[in-house]
Amino acid sequence: MQYWIIQTLNSLALGGLLFLLAAGFSLIFGLMRIANLTHGSLYMLGAYVGISVLKYVPNLWLAAIIGGVIMAVFGGLVERLILRALAGNALGQVLVTLGISFIIADLCLMVWGGDPIPVPTPPALQQPILVGGVTFPTYRLVVLAIAVVTALALYLLMDRTRIGAMIRAGVDDMQMARAVGIPVSRLFTAVFCLGAALAGAGGIIGGPIMSAYPGLDADMLPLALIVVMLGGVGSLLGAFVGSFLIGAIYTFGTALLPDLAYVILFLPMIVVIAFRPTGLFGRQSV
Amino acid sequence: MTFNRRRFIEATGAGAAALVMPTIAQSQTGPIRVGLMTVKTGPLASGGIDMERALVQYLKERNTTLAGRKVDLFVGDSGGVPAQARTKIQELVERDKIQVMIGPLATAEALAADDYIRQAQLLTLSVAAAEDMTQRKPNPWFTRGTSTSSQCSMPLADYSHKTLKMRRMAVIADDIAYGHEMCAGFMRVFEENGGKVVQRMFPPLTVPDYGTYLAQLKTDIDGIFLGFAGSNGFRYLRQFNEYGLRGKVTPIGGMTALDEAVLRNMGDEALGIVTSCWYSAEIENAINKKFAANFSVDWSYDPGFYAAATYVEAAVLEATLNALKGNIEDKPSFMKTVRNIKVDTARGPVSFDRYGNVVGNIYIRKVERKDGRLVNRVIHTYPNVSQFWTYKPEEFLKNPVYSRDWPPAKNLES
Repeated sequence: MQYWIIQTLNSLALGGLLFLLAAGFSLIFGLMRIANLTHGSLYMLGAYVGISVLKYVPNLWLAAIIGGVIMAVFGGLVERLILRALAGNALGQVLVTLGISFIIADLCLMVWGGDPIPVPTPPALQQPILVGGVTFPTYRLVVLAIAVVTALALYLLMDRTRIGAMIRAGVDDMQMARAVGIPVSRLFTAVFCLGAALAGAGGIIGGPIMSAYPGLDADMLPLALIVVMLGGVGSLLGAFVGSFLIGAIYTFGTALLPDLAYVILFLPMIVVIAFRPTGLFGRQSV
Repeated sequence: MTFNRRRFIEATGAGAAALVMPTIAQSQTGPIRVGLMTVKTGPLASGGIDMERALVQYLKERNTTLAGRKVDLFVGDSGGVPAQARTKIQELVERDKIQVMIGPLATAEALAADDYIRQAQLLTLSVAAAEDMTQRKPNPWFTRGTSTSSQCSMPLADYSHKTLKMRRMAVIADDIAYGHEMCAGFMRVFEENGGKVVQRMFPPLTVPDYGTYLAQLKTDIDGIFLGFAGSNGFRYLRQFNEYGLRGKVTPIGGMTALDEAVLRNMGDEALGIVTSCWYSAEIENAINKKFAANFSVDWSYDPGFYAAATYVEAAVLEATLNALKGNIEDKPSFMKTVRNIKVDTARGPVSFDRYGNVVGNIYIRKVERKDGRLVNRVIHTYPNVSQFWTYKPEEFLKNPVYSRDWPPAKNLES
């Protein structure tokens, strides 16, 4: 019984971490129609930037916010200076994001070196807690809480604000959105900044669990892709459900069928895409 | 004078000989062209960069001269990709005309280049641990001065049973040949000593999170053997603590799990962990003291597995060249000499078996704090361990190569 409680908590915590990673990816994918292959790199760069910020500001949450802002600026520059020049050329944009991810990987290696660098867990959360006779890392529960709060905030932003309505309009029918006077081009930049900020802050918040190391980008990007494909492109609810679904499938899959550890993540995605090409909650864009 | 076919051949033959002769004479006094096949980008870069730093240090300490001949060093970067490693090795051989190669770093890279090394008859002093390259499918041009995957884990199994008094253990390792081979060697020796491996886990190399594996870990065991490489051991141990397992289960580690490169970014969670390796920056011999001191002056951290690897291989190369009076051009006699050489290196005395693998000391080490940093203090030495541990080579080689399936796990409990 204890074992199942721990694994359930594990799957929820992993789902939370995945949501922080995938939410921004889903937003960018939905609006701009490109798979932003720098997303894993933004996550990694966020973790590294956070480590440097932590040297001056010894508070993880503050570092996550500062790191998120830095990554937002970085993302905005990438969108304005590089992706904008390739507007309308989706293939070119995807390739450019791939190229940028290589550049980021090498820059991180030059600046922070090749050794894995830990992100210290906030002292108050270092001790595992006992929940009904089960020992579980406190920090992971906090990550879960942060993910839920972030999801709620994003939901309010998308569903209850004018900007959110404009973004949704852009996702559903970009030409019509343009025609009614929505500044889609500025939205692109805003969404890219937001996505980059989410990835960067996610990298720092995930840091005490994942650490920062070369290759973190390549480890995270496929996870973001799987979540978004499963949940549906551009759908916040899809990213949320997809994250926790993948978290559960991964955790229980590797526990029950350890020999299938490699495919366990991809099987559900393949099944869903075969029957619902837009993902669980994705809508057919016009 | 008629210029018939025979005269033409005589004339050109003589001309060609005249052209060839001086180059031979010159090449025996000219510089020796050494290639280092390493990894300077990607996830394995940390170790690969250390390999270059230590080799450059070795050459600098000798005024870039080995056996009276200058050394030209050529460095190739594979990014850790096996196919790329093969291409780069070919480039080093055919463009840079290297005469001997140190490297490559990873097992998969060595396997990818195996054919080419044979075909080009490239003198290779390798770091990669793939067992069968010096066992059932020995490559005649391949010599390894570090260790096979299981060469360090077999002594550790002996130590954990006899000295640490462990009886029930779990093993966990990366799901790659290196991890399988290490675990298999550990399990075989541990169980033949009378212990039981009751749980075995092989998480994928790029597993995002070890939480699910930590939740599965049995707590009614004495210890867990960690067969990780790169940053994985580091992440696993941090999460191990996070889950409050420290104090319930004792971790012990293989040769790369708590390398100095990982240790320098770790904290108290690593204290007291016992590992085995053919090297430690703390080994008390004159060569190593000088090496470790100079290395940390230059780079302000202790050398680890990868730095020591090229430093040891360079010592093997130098001793061989000294024995040959610098004549590296005679490849067969180089290979014969290198496999009969005995040399004192930073890791202690080194010699080779007839399959080209090293026979040397294996150190049992314990993580301690010294002058404010974490070090692997040597607590026990197994002298002159071969890749066959205490088994007879012929009998050892009759068994299949160590893997996920061999030896069979008999005591796993679900």
